[in-house]
Amino acid sequence: MYAYDEIDRTLVNERVSEFRDQVQRRLSGELTEDEFKMLRLQNGVYLQLHAYMFRVAIPYGTLASNQLRQLAHVARKYDRGYGHFTTRQNIQFNWIKLSDLPDALADLAEVGIHAMQTSGNNMRNVTSDQWAGVAPGEIEDPRIWSELIRQHTTLHPEFSFLPRKFKIAITASDHDRAAIKVHDIGLRLIKSEKGETGFEVLVGGGLGRTPFIGKTIKHFVHGRDLLSYIEAILRVYNQYGRRDNIYKARIKILVHELGIEKFSREVEEEWQHLRNSSLQIDDEVIEDIRSRFIYPAYEKLPHMPDELRQAAAEPDFEAWRKNSVAPHKNPGYSIVTISLKPIGAPPGDATAEQMDALADLADKYSFGELRVGHEQNLALPHVAKRDLPALWKALDKLGLATPNVNLITDIIACPGLDYCSLANARSIPIAQELTRRFANHELANLIGRLHINISGCINACGHHHVGHIGILGVEKNGEEVYQITIGGRADESAALGNLIGPGVKFDEVADVVEDIVEAYLALRERPEELFVDTVKRLGVEPFKERVYATR
Amino acid sequence: MTSPLQQKIKIAGPSIVTANRTWDGIVVYRTANKGWSAELADAAIVRNSDEAKVLLAEAVADDVGAIGPYIAPVQVGDDGVIEPGNLREQIRKAGVTIELPAQG
Repeated sequence: MYAYDEIDRTLVNERVSEFRDQVQRRLSGELTEDEFKMLRLQNGVYLQLHAYMFRVAIPYGTLASNQLRQLAHVARKYDRGYGHFTTRQNIQFNWIKLSDLPDALADLAEVGIHAMQTSGNNMRNVTSDQWAGVAPGEIEDPRIWSELIRQHTTLHPEFSFLPRKFKIAITASDHDRAAIKVHDIGLRLIKSEKGETGFEVLVGGGLGRTPFIGKTIKHFVHGRDLLSYIEAILRVYNQYGRRDNIYKARIKILVHELGIEKFSREVEEEWQHLRNSSLQIDDEVIEDIRSRFIYPAYEKLPHMPDELRQAAAEPDFEAWRKNSVAPHKNPGYSIVTISLKPIGAPPGDATAEQMDALADLADKYSFGELRVGHEQNLALPHVAKRDLPALWKALDKLGLATPNVNLITDIIACPGLDYCSLANARSIPIAQELTRRFANHELANLIGRLHINISGCINACGHHHVGHIGILGVEKNGEEVYQITIGGRADESAALGNLIGPGVKFDEVADVVEDIVEAYLALRERPEELFVDTVKRLGVEPFKERVYATR
Repeated sequence: MTSPLQQKIKIAGPSIVTANRTWDGIVVYRTANKGWSAELADAAIVRNSDEAKVLLAEAVADDVGAIGPYIAPVQVGDDGVIEPGNLREQIRKAGVTIELPAQG
């Protein structure tokens, strides 16, 4: 966990007072909506179809049990008893009243939570690997650097009025769980030959209307130069990024239009003015941040305790363990992913009761700490292996032990037309139907790792471009139509999916996915060949033929 | 951002003006007596672009009452019952098409 200092606490509290005043002036008519809109967006408040939506930041996905309890309290007191975890380590409340928002923010501030950097044309919540600090083989904890960027960019005037929103993600493991290649800036923490900490810097990734995979702009930036290099990128973007056309305003468009070579030359030139300035980071600054991350006092525990050996005879436990439990850097412990994708439920939703219960389980089994991943699942990052059977039973009682992590029913979906004012089509009912179709665990296991991502419009909040199967809802002649892509991926081998053919109607989507899966099972060379690898080997055609042969 | 009044207004059939109430965000409809109602049945119906412009202008002027007003299509039955004219408006009127978690 990260322990905020007095400056952070003061900032968050002052922000609440400021917003309370702004809301009062809006409700009295002193501020018009045009004047107020930017102020509410800077505090995570959107207007959606039915109500205001309140997006709260969970920086780098790290959450303390008392913070989760307070999120449950907000869900219960000010909303409708549940929250929705997003694809960027935030939580959203869908039904909140503007008049209640200052109180909700004040309640969150009590536990150091806020909504800064969750909306608007500024630097957004810096995201990271949800297994940061506990993943075996990790070079070092990337959250230290995420926190550095968070501190530097929060309310920074130069980054508060960018051409468009700006997203940074950091990973420090070989396997990219933070989707860095589809961010405006992606940072991969590496070590130089001399053992110095630095970053491979990628730029210009992003999804939405015009998707791009990020390109490497610099193979190694020393850690001490990270802020100056990021600032150089942002300055070039701030100067040349388009403000006249919202659809061309993201940095990915600038990088694409200038070309990575010219863009990198511009950045390099800017960086020469900045790199030896006050932006150079002293080791003490990093050490101060590092010292504020509190790591558990792990016990020396057996790798294979009796409790785990005995529970292995229970098939349901084993199914869950194989699916949801990952190795920890400390061999006596595990990382446990908690699927927020029960069969038939909206992906990423958790009720206040579940949040409270998970907070209790985090206290009992994970040193009071949880994580939020971009796949819209949660994790307990420090579970002793001896406690796994007891934890599984407790999660099962809560309906949170669905053994489907990384399987076909572990679907990423945006809120879609059920909630979102930008959406053209519904996402959640499509996800629900797909989970019912593939509810059989043996079938899901037979299929293996397969990510389905669903977006209800071209803005791509469900990251459909990088789904192994991507589903994009559009509106055509007043009807919901869904375009299907295959072969996308969001990891270290990130790729954009390819369209298989004409869009299909709402009630045909699940049938089409079944056809694609059946084709895959028939076409794969061996059971270990993942769906996305079969698509890479064979291309779209065999799947297209299967889907459209009878349509 | 372009004001709704600066956008070209062209309607193809009976329409209403809808928005979200400022203090709580709920869906509201502009009424004939220059107010807002949470009931679609209370909405003022306009049938041509000139009427629509006038109703929208009144709605935009009431910035304290509701935000984001726009013109939306409706269907009016022989019995005078007003129904939303597209899926988006159907969802705004009737709520999400999925089951919400039971409230604790």
